[in-house]
Parts: sequence; structure tokens; C-alpha cells
Amino acid sequence: MTPAFIEPVVDWFYLVPLLVVLGAGVVGVLIEAFVPDRVRRDVQLWLALAALAGGLVAVVLQWDDINGAIADQSVVQVLGGSLVLTPATLLIQGALLVIATLALIVIADRSSGNDAFAPTAAAIPGSDYEEIARRRGLVQTEVFPLFLFSVGGMLLFPAAGDLLTMFIALEVLSFPLYVLSGMARHRRLLSQEASLKYFLLGAFSSALFLFGMALVYGFAGTLELRFIANAIITGTGLEGMDMVLVTGLVLMIAGLLFKVGAVPFHQWTPDVYAGAPTPITGFMAACTKMAAFGAVLRVVYWTVPFTGKEIFDAFTAGMWTIAIATMVLGSVVAVVQHDIKRVLAYSSIAHAGFILVGVTALSYEAIPATIFYLGAYGLATVGAFAIVHLVRETSTVHGDDALILGEATHLSQWAGLARRSPWLAGAFTLFLLSFAGIPLTAGFIGKFTVFSAAVAAGDWPLALVGVLASAVAVFFYVRIVVLMYFVAPADEAAARTTTDTPAVDATDGSAPEHWDTPEAGVGLRLATAPARAAAGVQVLRGGAGIRVVVALCALGTIALGVFPGPVLDLVAEATKFIP
Amino acid sequence: MDSVVNMDATFPWLSAMVLVAVLGAVVVWALPAGLRRHVRVVALGASLVNVGLLVGAVATFDTGAAGTHQHYEQLSWIPQIGASYALGVDGLGLLLVGLGVILVPLVILAAWREQRDDVERLRHYLGLTLLTAAFMVLIFAARDVFLFYVVFEAMLIPVYFMIGGFGGSQRRGAAVKFLLFSLAGGLVMLVAVIALFLSGPGGSEGFLTANLTGLPLSETTERLLFAGFFIAFAIKAPMFPVHTWLPDAAQQAPAGTSTLLVGVLDKVGTFGMLTLCLPLFPAASHWAAPFVIILAVVSILYGALLALGQEDLMRMIAYTSVSHFGFIVLGIFAFSQTSVAGASFYMFNHGLSTGLLFLVAGMVIARHPSRSQRIADYGGLQRVVPVIAGVFLVAGLSALSLPGLSTFVSEIMVLIGSYEAMPAAAIVAATGVILAALYILMTYQRMFTGPVRGELTTGPDMVAREKWVVVPLIVLLLVLGFYPRPALDLVEAPAFAGVRLVEGSAS
Repeated sequence: MTPAFIEPVVDWFYLVPLLVVLGAGVVGVLIEAFVPDRVRRDVQLWLALAALAGGLVAVVLQWDDINGAIADQSVVQVLGGSLVLTPATLLIQGALLVIATLALIVIADRSSGNDAFAPTAAAIPGSDYEEIARRRGLVQTEVFPLFLFSVGGMLLFPAAGDLLTMFIALEVLSFPLYVLSGMARHRRLLSQEASLKYFLLGAFSSALFLFGMALVYGFAGTLELRFIANAIITGTGLEGMDMVLVTGLVLMIAGLLFKVGAVPFHQWTPDVYAGAPTPITGFMAACTKMAAFGAVLRVVYWTVPFTGKEIFDAFTAGMWTIAIATMVLGSVVAVVQHDIKRVLAYSSIAHAGFILVGVTALSYEAIPATIFYLGAYGLATVGAFAIVHLVRETSTVHGDDALILGEATHLSQWAGLARRSPWLAGAFTLFLLSFAGIPLTAGFIGKFTVFSAAVAAGDWPLALVGVLASAVAVFFYVRIVVLMYFVAPADEAAARTTTDTPAVDATDGSAPEHWDTPEAGVGLRLATAPARAAAGVQVLRGGAGIRVVVALCALGTIALGVFPGPVLDLVAEATKFIP
Repeated sequence: MDSVVNMDATFPWLSAMVLVAVLGAVVVWALPAGLRRHVRVVALGASLVNVGLLVGAVATFDTGAAGTHQHYEQLSWIPQIGASYALGVDGLGLLLVGLGVILVPLVILAAWREQRDDVERLRHYLGLTLLTAAFMVLIFAARDVFLFYVVFEAMLIPVYFMIGGFGGSQRRGAAVKFLLFSLAGGLVMLVAVIALFLSGPGGSEGFLTANLTGLPLSETTERLLFAGFFIAFAIKAPMFPVHTWLPDAAQQAPAGTSTLLVGVLDKVGTFGMLTLCLPLFPAASHWAAPFVIILAVVSILYGALLALGQEDLMRMIAYTSVSHFGFIVLGIFAFSQTSVAGASFYMFNHGLSTGLLFLVAGMVIARHPSRSQRIADYGGLQRVVPVIAGVFLVAGLSALSLPGLSTFVSEIMVLIGSYEAMPAAAIVAATGVILAALYILMTYQRMFTGPVRGELTTGPDMVAREKWVVVPLIVLLLVLGFYPRPALDLVEAPAFAGVRLVEGSAS
């Protein structure tokens, strides 16, 4: 061993997507300092859009190279193996960038006349300082750089070649999300509660991951996944200490499962989804899940298949348990929710379970199925949360002077939505059908391919539990469809004093923007409490951007459901090599 | 494989029907506001074009080879997962496609005056009806198991909206119940569909029914797969004990929806048993037959007894259907050539008969000032609306299988055929025929004879439009009652083929 200095080889070409996105984030911070108020928001928005587009172009340009390397039986390693780029990584990165772009447009939406974010997130909710900031029309444009850092972390997460890089990616993607979750304009305390909860549990999960990493290092003497795999195969790890490896892997996977919201690591999901600003929730649900599952695939496929039968079986049993618990709990608990964001949160937990069915199958058919499922889920999720973002409470029932408040998330407020805005209700129904896995939507093909992979791998009981959980899930999706289509709007129903429609308890006519601030802090219970102060519900027409997003998500959901062939081909081609 | 040389083999009759119905639905929804009052004409036009296409399809169908699948079309759809867009009909498929295509314009015509003050709602109703019509053609013609499954599930959505959006005050619950029952069955079938594919040859055409027939499955696998398919079909059919969604749906839905739902869509269940369960899992079908036949006989008696006790006219008709579906299933699983052919013919006849009964019941209800569906709210209608009363009686008699009507032919075939195979079951089932006479005639007596109820003294008798609705059905029932040969020619060959498969696997 000579301690000679080895000059690092930096292959800049492969770093471009990351550098563009993260670099734009850094530039965004500078913009905060140097660009005048008036144009700051526009500059930030366009910079972020350009960065995502640039990243996407770079990913597409790398495609041939990376594929070529795979054809030569080698893998592209960047920065001495810190990044390992496979076609599957690129595919996940590309899909992430596309969905993040859609989410960004929703984040930037100002259909209600305001951002979804607090004028100054640092102010104490309900304080004079905040009131002044709002009157002066301040805008917190730090949202955009934070968003870009998070996307950067997500791009790095499934590409990481060693555990340290993966850990850093985990933190880079998580920290901005903690902050963004606490920035909701309305229901500030709920939002801050969500932020704190996400941060604490997130930190906990990071610690688990870190500790697991340390144990794996103890076993293999390296942090690089390929050497860990090598140590497992050749048995050159810590002799007779397989349990160190197993414990390490379990802890690492637990840390990752926190991010995807799998049972029993799911508790943060409903509260954070409900409390965070809705556009952020959409982004988080779609993109974090995709990035984290990318990382899960990498860790699992680079280690578990090489382990001995005993460890392998234990792993399979554990994953079975988690997948079943996640599917069942997500589906069943969603049935009793009364808040649309919480329903979608539990639905996302159930989906994590379905995706885990794909991960657990550990076969070459399962990888493309899992990635396809993530894409289908991401499209429908961004679209669904965009629509949730448009359904608002107002301070008075009728009249143009009504103040537009936060999202009308209580289910009863969604009654009769189809009559107010048939197109949005139609699109939302489509997304729900896709979540439910009804044929001719992307969700069905996702479920079909995942369950096919599971049955092919001999996991048919898992698939059976999956379809039964789907049947339960259909119940609450359909309940929302019933509300939108077959129940009279709450205010109308109250006016007609009919008995068969549940009218919203709309008593207090005056509704300050922070109607919930005094009590919201008492606990999570309020997140499900029915709206009391808001008098009416209004569906915003939505700016051009958000309408395009909803339309694209809807079209994508149908296209991937009716003619999934080309995309299935692409995914299959990308996953000929392990992720 | 199907190698029937046909003059018009190149014209895709089946896809044309699907396309026309879908286009009709699109036009109905896309019509600009100024032209919306014409939606009925558009919808009726589209459905009549389909009748024309049906005539073409029947004319070019080679009855001599009714056991093979003709008008065959095949396109690659999702080769990555082995799914093809493959359509083709044998005699039975053609008959059921025909049933759907014939009923759709009648249903549209029957809905002509409904929602007349609300074109907006009528537009949705007609659009959904046409969409359902497209799915009805697809499902009876699908020659690819994946396509069949997709249509099986996807068609629930328009029907769900048809039940939940239009009809009685409890319709929401009925629609949800319908959807959950059907989906639960369908999802179990999904696992079986996947497992079946994996047992097959695979590849880009791995889901073609032809490629999945006659697989060398292990005994356990075959039985599990059979169960997966059969449960979905039993819910759909509907059979005791998973029939409970049907009475609710029929009670709440408008007459036209019930006509399509019970008359055509529920046939998917029995059609699936006959064309998927039997050929794909012949040995398991043979194994399960005693159990299925017991369920069928229970359905016959249970449905008939509950029909007797119903206060609601639409619920009564729904329960008669549970009973009739019992006969169909009995015929299929008796595995005699006569009974299976009879059951196939029964499916068609039941569509005509129940459709007629639902439609004329809808006309009766439309004449009640408060649109009551309670049988007890009617009385003496014979004197007020004699023509409607007469048609109701004909419909009722067809439901109790009076000789001279086509339903008699099929019922007697089922009974004779199953007597050969299972005398006990046939004898018990025959008591269902007596119960049928009871529930039909008692209902007629309570509603149409006796003193006229005060609020019903006036009311127009059947108008010309309504006559157009009922006449085609009555004509078909009568003609096929006296001369059933053309229909039997269509169903016998496929039925014999199915029976041979089961017998082959048993011996």
C-alpha cells in the first residue's frame, strides 16, 4: 500500500443532470439576495423549469452511453464508484424530472391570487408580523431553490454507488422537504406541526439508515455496494458474523421504508400529507416515493440475491410481512378518513405496499413492473393533488367578494363537485380509478405487471392479498366519486333542507384566513375535524399551467392504460441489468 | 384454429359495431349546447346503425360452422404482456352480441320521454348507454383473456354511473353495492388470469383464448384457477348466495338500465362459465359440477320464492332473474348436449323476456302519479290501459315459459337435458316452473285486475313510441317460440364442443 496521491477522475458528462439541478438551486439562493422583488418570483420559476428541462435533456443524452456500457457487460461508474449509472437509474431520473416538472407547475400556481405558501414562513402564526407581511404581499420565493435541492437529492438517491453517497442524497432530498412542509399559507399551525413531525421522524429514519450502514461497513469493510456484494458472494466479510450484515441491511431498509411510508414506518404520512401545502404534498408523494423506491431497489438487488438461503428467506419473510401489513392497513384505515388529503395519504401507504409486492418478488420481471407502477402512481398523484389544490373554502357562500381560503379538504365539501366543474371531477375520477386499478388506466397496468411478477415468483398469496386490499381500496375511492357525482352540493342541500344529503356544518359566516390557528395546535385530531368556519366551497378555475398539468396527467394516465406498449418496452429495456 | 373462409371475412363487423357505439357516445357528449336537443336522435341513430351491422354480421356468418369463431380479427395490443385485441364469435357469441345490439335502441327509445326537462342528464344517460353498448359487443366477442378481463372490469364504470346517476332515491347505495360486488369478484379473477397466463405458452400472444385452451395444468392449479374465474362469474350471473346486489340495483335503476343490466350484462357471467370455465378448465368444471348444480337449484327455488314475496315490482323481476339464471347454470353444468344448448338459447331468450318485462314495467310505473314501484299501489289497470296490460301479460307468460314462446323451448331443453344427467336436480328445478306461474300470475292479478285504483283512472295507453319498443321483442319471442331452429343452429355446435371437452377430460 503506497500512500501516493491518486488524482480523482471526474467524468463531468455523467454529472450534468445533478450539477444542473443543484447548481440552479445555488443560483436560486443568490437570486434571493440580488434580484429585485418584482421579478424575483418569475426569475426563480423560470430558472427552476429550465434546470429541470436541462437535467432531462442531459439524462436523455446519456441514455445511449449507459446502455452501450451495459451491452459491454460493464457499468458506468462516476467519481470512483460514488455514482453507478445503469439504464434503470437513468429511467428513474428521467421520470422523476418529468413528474417534478409537473409538480413544479402546481407549486407555482396562483389561481387563488396567492401562492400556496406563507408570506413569511418564519413568522409566528397569527402574529402581527405575519399580518403585516401578508398585507404587504410578501412572497417567499425560497420555495424554488428548496425544491431544486430536493429534486437534486432525489436524482442522486437511486444513482448512489456507495452508502455514504446514498445517505447524503437522503439528507439532501429530505431537508428541503421538512422546510417546505411547514410553509403552508393556510392552517399554519397544522403545517408547522407536520414539518416538525416529518423532521423528527425523518431524522430518526436517517439515524437508522446510518447505523445500518455502519454495521454493513463493519461486515464488509467497505461502503461501496459492489464491494459489499463481492464480500457477500465470496464470503470475505466478517467471518461468522452474518448477523451483523443482516441487522445492518434491515436497519438500512427500514430507514428507506420510512421514506416510502411503509407500515410500520408510516405514521408520519397522514399528518404530513395533510399539513403540508397541497402542491408540496403532491410533489412529495409522487417524487419521494419514486426516488426512495429507486434506492430500495438498488440496495436490495445489490445485496440480498447474493446472500445465503437462510438470510434470503428471512428477508423474504420480512418483506412479505411488511408488504401485507402496508397494503391492508393503508386500505382499511383509509376507509374511515374524512379528509381528502388523509384519504390520499393512506392510499399512498397502500400503494407503497403494492410496490413492495414488486420489490419482494426479486426477479427481472419485477423491476420494470415496479418502475412502471411508480410512474403511473406519480402521474395520478400529481394530478389528484393539483385538483385538491383547486377546491377551496370561501368566506361567504355566494358573491364575488368572498375571500378564498385554504383547501376544502373535508370530504363533505366535495359533494356535488361534478356539477360545479364537470371536467375537474372527471379528471379526479380518472385518477381515483387509476389508484383503484380499474382497467384502461395506467394504475391497472401497474398493478397487473406487479402482481404478474409476484405470481411468477411464486408469491401468489401476496398477489391475492393485494387484490383483496384493492377491493377494499375501491370502496373509499368510489365513495369520493359518489360524493362528487351523486350528492347535491352542501350549500345547495342546506338550502333545500333535504334529509338524505349530509350538509356541511356551516354555521359561522365570518371566516378569517387563520380560522384554525388558535386551536390547531392541540393535536392531530383537528386535521380530520370538519370545516366549521368556512361558509362555502369554490372550485377555482385554475390558471393555464395547472390546467395543463391536470390534462397531461389525465392523458398520461389513459395513454399508459390503453397503449402501454412503448413505455413497457422502454422500461423493460432499461432494466435488463439490475438497477 | 378458426379457418372459415368467408366472403366478407375482411370486413371487421364486430369492431365496426364497437366503433359506431363509441363514436355515438362521443358525439352525444360533444354536441354543442345548441344541438343538444337532438341527442336522442343521434343515440338512436348510432344504435340503429349497429342493428344494420348486426344484420350484415349475421348474413355473412356461416351457420354450418357455428362452432368455430368467425368474423375473427386480431391485432397486437400490448405484446409486452401478451395481450392482443382479438375478436371473434361462434354461434353463441353472435347470438349474445345480437341480443345487446337489439336491446340498445329499444332502451334508448324507452328513455325518450324520461328526463325530458333536463337534456343535460339525458345526454349523460344516452352517452353511458352507448358506451355500455360498445363494451357489450367487446365482451361477447373477446377471444383474448386479457381483453375479456379488461372489458369485464371497465364496463362496470359506465354501468355504475347509469345506476347511481339515474333512478330511485336509494340508487347511490345500490350502485356502490353493484360495483363492490363485481369488483371483488373481478379482482379475484385477476389473480387467476395472471396465473393462467403464466401456465400458458407465454409470448406476445400468450393471452389468446386459443393459446390457453387445453393446457396441461396440475389438478390443484386447475381447480384453483377454475374457482378464481367461477366466483367472478357467479357474482355476475348472479347466483345464490352472491346475488344480493341485483335486487337493489334493479329496484333503484331506471327500467332501461335494468334491461341492459339483467338482460345482457349478467349474461357475461353465464357466458364466461360456458366459454371460459368449460374449455379452459374442463376437468375442474367436471369436478365442481355437483356443487355448482346444488347452488343452481337453490338459486332457482330461492329466487322464485323471494319473487313471490316481493312488494316492489322491479325487485320481483330481479328475483325472477335469479331463478332463471339458476336454470341457465343448471343447464351448463349438467353437461348434456341438450341442456348446454338449451342453456345457451336460454341466455338469449331470457334477455328478450326480462328486457320486455322491465321495459313494460317501466311504462306502467311511468303512468303512476307518484311513480310508485309498489305492486300494492296498482289495481285494475287492465281497464285503464288494456294494451299495456296485454303486453305485460305476454312478457309475464314468456317469463313463466309458456309453450309457443321461445323461452319454453329453452327451458324444456334445460330440464330434459339435465334430467338425463342429474334426474334429482331436474325434478327439484321443475318445481321452479310452478313457482314461476305463481309469481307472474299473482302479480298480474294484483296489478291489472280487480277494481281500478282511484289515482289510476286516467292515463294514456301505450303510445306509438312504446309500441315500437315492445313489438320487436314480442315478435322475436313468438317467432323463435314456433320456429327455434335458426337460433338452435347457432348454439348447438358450440354447446356440443363444450360438452365434448368436459367428457374428454372426465374419461
